[in-house]
This record gives sequence, C-alpha cells and structure tokens, in this order.
Amino acid sequence: MENYNLNYLKELESESVFIIREVAAQFDRPALLFSGGKDSIVLTHLARKAFHPAKIPFPLIHIDTGHNFPDTLEYRDKLVNDLGVKLIVGYVQDSIDKGRVKEETGFNASRNLLQTVTLLDTLEEYKIDAAMGGARRDEEKARAKERFFSHRDEFGQWDPKNQRPELWNLFNGKKNPGEHFRVFPISNWTEMDVWNYIHMENIPLPVLYFTHQRLCIKRNGTILAHSEYLNLRETEKAEMLQVRFRTIGDMTCTGAVLSEANSLEEIIKEVSLSRQTERGTRADDKRSDNAMEDRKKEGYF
Amino acid sequence: MIDYKKNELLRFTTAGSVDDGKSTLIGRLLYDSKAIFEDQLEAVKKSSEYKGLDYIDLSLLTDGLRAEREQSITIDVAYRYFSTPKRKFIIADTPGHIQYTRNMVTGASTANLAVILVDARHGVVEQTCRHSLIASLLKINHIILCINKMDLVNYDREIYDKIVSDYKAFASKLEVKDIQFIPISALMGDNVVDRSERMDWYDGSTLLYNLENVHIASDNNHIDCRFPVQYVIRPQSDLNHDYRGYAGRIASGVYKPGDEVIILPSGFTSRIKSIDTFDGPVKEAFAPMSVTITLEDDIDISRGDMIVRSHNQPEISQDIDIIMCWMNAKPMNPSSKYLLIHTTKDAKAIIKEINYKIDINTLHRIENDKEIKMNDITRVRLRTTQPLFFDSYERNRNTGSLILIDEGTKETVAAGMII
Repeated sequence: MENYNLNYLKELESESVFIIREVAAQFDRPALLFSGGKDSIVLTHLARKAFHPAKIPFPLIHIDTGHNFPDTLEYRDKLVNDLGVKLIVGYVQDSIDKGRVKEETGFNASRNLLQTVTLLDTLEEYKIDAAMGGARRDEEKARAKERFFSHRDEFGQWDPKNQRPELWNLFNGKKNPGEHFRVFPISNWTEMDVWNYIHMENIPLPVLYFTHQRLCIKRNGTILAHSEYLNLRETEKAEMLQVRFRTIGDMTCTGAVLSEANSLEEIIKEVSLSRQTERGTRADDKRSDNAMEDRKKEGYF
Repeated sequence: MIDYKKNELLRFTTAGSVDDGKSTLIGRLLYDSKAIFEDQLEAVKKSSEYKGLDYIDLSLLTDGLRAEREQSITIDVAYRYFSTPKRKFIIADTPGHIQYTRNMVTGASTANLAVILVDARHGVVEQTCRHSLIASLLKINHIILCINKMDLVNYDREIYDKIVSDYKAFASKLEVKDIQFIPISALMGDNVVDRSERMDWYDGSTLLYNLENVHIASDNNHIDCRFPVQYVIRPQSDLNHDYRGYAGRIASGVYKPGDEVIILPSGFTSRIKSIDTFDGPVKEAFAPMSVTITLEDDIDISRGDMIVRSHNQPEISQDIDIIMCWMNAKPMNPSSKYLLIHTTKDAKAIIKEINYKIDINTLHRIENDKEIKMNDITRVRLRTTQPLFFDSYERNRNTGSLILIDEGTKETVAAGMII
C-alpha cells in the first residue's frame, strides 16, 4: 500500500485552509485582520490558497495606529494590489479625534490599547460578522484557551469561562443579531511552524524581519526602535544597533532583537536556539500577568 | 535544522485526577523538549516564590486564565505544543474534575492518543475508569497508562505490576486497540524523556519514545471515499470563466482524476476531471487534505452535498441513533428542536427517543432515568428534517460525528457519535 501521510506542515496548512473556507461559507461579511506581521502574512497566503483560482472573497482590515513602520505599509499596499482584494483601514487617529479614546501620555505611552476601540468601531461600521486573525495558541497562556471560532457578544467581548465546546472538525458559527466571531485559523501553529512554513512556501516578508542597522533605545530590557512617536527619558540615548524584529506591530511597543540573521535559514536557526519567547520582546504584554486576558476580554485581537 | 518535510503530527490528550501530577508531566515534556522559554520559566518562578512555594509550580505554565490561577484549578481545555526531531505534538490538556466530562470529550474528539495518569500510591481509581471509557467512546486507538509518582513508592515493581493487572482486568471492557503501560516519575523525570536508572526491571520504552513512534498513519480511513462539499469556487474571471470547483477537506478514502463518482443527495453521476490545489493539480488526494475537485459534467452541487463512489456509499437516513454527550448547563428539553451540524451540512433535529443513560464509571445502562443533564452520556434516536449521509463513528470519525445547537442561545449543547 502507498504511504498516505501528510507531513505536519501540510496537515496544519490543510486544517487552516478548511477553517478559512468554513468562515467564507458560514458568514455573510467576513474579513481578515491584517497587521503586517508574519502571522497575518501567512494567514493571507493561506486564504489565497483556499480560494484559488478565485480571488480571496473578503476584504483585509488593517487597524492603523499611525505609528507604523513605513515598510509595513509599503508591504501591505503591494500585497493588496497583487491579490486584487479590498483593503479597509481603521485609523486610531480617527477614534482619538472623535473623542472615542484618549491618547496615553508619559514615557510608555502606546496606542496599542486604543486599537481595540478602533477595531470594534471598524467591525461595526462595515457590519463584519467574522474577523479572522493570525493569533496562535502558543503565543500566550490566555490564548492557549482560545477556540478556532471564538464567539463575541454584542459588545465585542470574550467570555473565557463560558466558551462553546469545539469538537472534531465541526465549527459552530451560529449567532444572534449584533454578535460576531473572531476566528483564528492558525491556532495550532507555533512560531517555528510559521517560520518553517514561510521557508517551505518561499513567502516574501517585510525587510524588518531581517538584520539591519537601526537607531534604537534600550528600555526595561527591551530594544525599541527610535522614532518620533517615542518619548525619551533624559537618561536614554539612541544608539545604532544591528537588529531585526521577531514580531512586528506598533513601533512603540515592538521590541527588536540583536541579530545578524539575514536569510530565512538563519532566522530559523536563531529562533530554534532562542530561549526567549517572541512576545518577550513585546512591551504591551509586560504590563501584568493578566495583560493579555484583560485586553482579549475587551475585544483585543 | 529539523527536516520538517518528514515530520508527522500527533495529537494527544492527557487526563488524570486532580493531583496525579498531570501539569508536572506536561511541564516536564515541554521543558525537556525545550518548548518552554526562559522568560516563561522566570515568570513561573517568580509567581511560585510570591505564593510562598518552595518549588517551581509548573502548573502555572498551563493554567492560562485568572480564575484558574486564583482557584488553582484548570477550567477549560488548553492546547500545548512541542516538537522533537521526529514529530510535532499537540496536547489537549483537559481538567480532571468529575464535572468536566464535557471538556474531556472535547479534548478527546481530535486526539489520536490518550495519556492517562495514575498515582502509584492510589492505583486504578474511578477517574481512571471514566477517562478510559471516554477515550474508548471517542474511539481513540491508543492509550498510554502512565503510573506516576513511582518515586513515592520506592520504584517498587510489585506495585506497578498490581496496577497493570488491575487495569487490564478493567480494560477488557474497552474497545481500545493499543494500550501501553509505563512506570514514571514526572517530578524526577524517570522514563518521561530519559530512561530511568532506578527501575531496571522495566524493559519498555520511555513515554516520549512511545509518543514519537506509535503508528498513527493507519488511523485515517483510506477506504471509504467521502468528500463533503464545503464551498463552491467560481472565479467568474475572464481567465477562468467556466471554472466550477468543489472545495473541501477529504473526510476519508483516496480520490483520483478519472474516478467515477456519485453526488448525494441528487444521485447524479460524473467523473473527476481534476483535483486542484494552489500548487497545481494532484494525481491523488486523501484525508485530511484540503483540495478542490472539478467534474466532467455540469451538475448543480452546493455546500452540504457529498461526492462519493457509486459502489461504496454512506448510509442515508433521517433517523439517526447516537451516543450523545450533553454539554450545556441547561438540561435537554425533550420538546425542543435543535440545530444540527454534520460534516458541512446543517439540519434541524428532535430527540425522538431516549434509550438509556450510560454510567460512565461502570458502563452499565441506566434505563429508567430519562432526564438529560450536563455531562450525561446517553443513547438516543434523532429525527432530522433532512436526510444525513453518514457512517458509523467507529468506522469514520468525520462522517460519524455531529453536534447539536440550541436554537435560542446558539450554543453547542451536545456531541453525538453515530452508532
């Protein structure tokens, strides 16, 4: 008998494609949350595979804090153009101008938390009933309890203690008016899986993931990119470092790592030897032990 | 660098009573396989110190929610990941409390294998039996019974032998093909990743070796061709104007271009023209691949239909006998209609007949108690609004499983395994 085995990356891919198709089939107005990070890039790649030879049948949504790396926007616009999909941008600046949120002040000011309001407003404005994201269960312990199909009440909130059981490959996307779903097709992937997959599929990435010289600030054990959005303490001084990013988000809270890795092979080697989690570079998670659970309950990604 | 092209995926579930050391075992597997990072360990160390513990409480790694950490219990199924050069592992870590049968069922539903822990000091207890029965009901083919805390019984072979023979006597009632026994100490690391030097009387392999080598390829059904249509792809672009592809994940069997197929429920026949993927057409496709099938003939096919071979068809009926696990705090209402999802098909169903309840500790039938509450396992007959195309759960997990949904709250209230 022949060997009917899939290697594990192909099996993960197949599972994610199944979930993405399930979303397109079960919901009226789905969308894909695109941050410009590697996870949402992989998710978009999987969506492209799921509907080939047709186009991706839903828009991408980008929540723009206004504090983006310029490379992220360039990459985003090229991708959207290549795929021929619609892009919806929700601006945190708009939420601030409308008085929906108040800008944080001080040295650790970040628009990370404010994104939640902009996200929920954008989902409501476009009547999105299923928002797909690239979150993974291995990222953070609150995310380890997340479902593939995660139900949100009419306020966009997550109730972790009363989640719907999820059995076999049967996904319950039924909801009452005003409620919506967050869907996480790459839940079962780890950081290493994402990198190995990018390598296997040869997916182009923003240059930020590869080593480069950059003006940086060291703060609380994190290396932050120097930018006009960062308020410096008197004792802090920008220095030129050889770095790359392990995750990419808002400029004010995405930490860099010292690295010489200049190719996917070198990155995979570096990640496999690393003894720090990728979110260890994220200032937003360090606020408290429950930082992620609290943000998620409110409607964060 | 790991050659991921050769790696397989093994999904397993872990179960044990409250203090059997499950968190420690998972912590040990994650730590020894380097899936735990220094910053995670540092955070757990700090929390342990803060709580006044004189050891590192590895369960803090796995209890993700605030309420769980506060009450020191696991509420919900949590998923953990680690890999070795041979395999990638997904652990569905399920809580051991009696009231969480539904979480065990959830965790077991996607698992190839169950690791069940027994405390060497207490031997086979009620929970051990319940966990084993659930694994058996969910048709998990492989059970590894880990006799843990051997360090607390002086690594005594007689104690191990007694537990093994007690369990074997009980397990004769189960329908599990492959049961392995391993004496371990999760705390000290004996026989988890490395062989124990303190139990030279044990000549079997370590837990990790078992997990890496258990034969799972034959767990998929490659005989009965079942392709539930998930989504119809119609690009309607100039380039692919007439393209009409049926996207889905192969539930079982092997499909090839040229195969003669029949479409359910319409009964139309055709031939497979191509099996397409983004990376190009493939010569054959099997479970669990996600593909797009095109047919020679123009037939009206939509989501919920099934493409099968004419000489091997599933059962078709509106009367479905199932073993049902009730998963909602609201008891079953005999006069309610429920929404039903089976493969990619939606229908409505009523529970027409309650045959009996199963005592999950003894597997005895309870005939006179017809009230179905959370965590109850019962045999019932459903009547559906439309015919389902199904196989028995025993033969085919994908076409033999279904869920019921409350029409009002839209919550998933029951899991069903077709008999």
